Amino acid sequence: MMKRDEMLKAFARRRKDEIVVAVYMAAQEITHISPSELNYTFVGAMGQGSSHALGLALGRPDKKVIVFDGDGSLLMNLGSLVTIGNQAPKNYVHCLCENGCYETNGSVPLPNAGNIRFTEFAKTAGYKKTYEISELGEWERKLPEILNQEGPVFVALKVEPGEAYPENFPRLYSLEHREKFRQTLAKS
Amino acid sequence: MADYPLTAAAIKNEFKRAGIHFVVALPDRVTSHHLLKGLLADPDYKVVQVCKEDEGVSICSGLYAAGHKSVLMMQYTGFLDSINSIRGIAVEGKFPVCIIVGLLGKEPDVAPAQSKKYGVKIIEPICDVMGIEHHLIERDADTPKIYSAIEKSFASSSPSAILIGREPR
Repeated sequence: MMKRDEMLKAFARRRKDEIVVAVYMAAQEITHISPSELNYTFVGAMGQGSSHALGLALGRPDKKVIVFDGDGSLLMNLGSLVTIGNQAPKNYVHCLCENGCYETNGSVPLPNAGNIRFTEFAKTAGYKKTYEISELGEWERKLPEILNQEGPVFVALKVEPGEAYPENFPRLYSLEHREKFRQTLAKS
Repeated sequence: MADYPLTAAAIKNEFKRAGIHFVVALPDRVTSHHLLKGLLADPDYKVVQVCKEDEGVSICSGLYAAGHKSVLMMQYTGFLDSINSIRGIAVEGKFPVCIIVGLLGKEPDVAPAQSKKYGVKIIEPICDVMGIEHHLIERDADTPKIYSAIEKSFASSSPSAILIGREPR
């Protein structure tokens, strides 16, 4: 099991100019750990991160899009795996922060927590490559391969809460930041 | 076909006029046979087929953030099913999501609010309470409203609903 913030810090050390879509706790944390105008946190409804990321990936096939999704979130939009597999964007990396619970909503366990293999869903849906990673060292070692892999790629990351970061919901949904994102992406 | 009131070609023409390349869609019984299948076969359009309508709200939003215009096609049942995403993303999040909604079961030339079909009758009031502009399309003569609605949505960064009141052929 990895601390989520340590996992994100390892990613941040490798990050170049990728678009990052993040939801819930990962969204709060990424704005502190890897601040960038290309952080997209304007997801608006639970479960929708993977689908926003698909729109971005289809609209900008020249840019790598990395989504840090949640397991509770993905269960709300499981069909998106099939949609993504069908569209097969080569620039799409779907990282699932798997903590087995609805952490933001009181850490209530997911239904059938611990018995779901999300990588099997992704494989069946048509993702080209899947990974299951539970150790920080393995994540650090495999990151270059994952980021260079032709997508769609799915990575199940077994995580637990790490350090607490200040929550800033207005930042996540700010129209000003969304417009900055659009402008930065247009120039990028 | 000459005297049939609404054609798929007229609707497609409006999409083209508005600069739409991406069409995000779930099959809707009102529009799937002539309009959606026509779009799927047309290389000028990239149709992204989704498994559930709320995915489409988000995909259109991601496309907008990446600099593209798109439309989202669904049946009114899907509109009702994706209300929370429309609320959170398109209305509160101010993403210009243009939704083409097939009013399955609406009686020809009857106003949606007067329909005997409950699900059809409640669509316009729901749009009104959510502040979503809506336009009824029943005849080719109505179709220029599609271009205007798309233009206005993208200019004002707000959603719109284009209600298809009969099967386009």
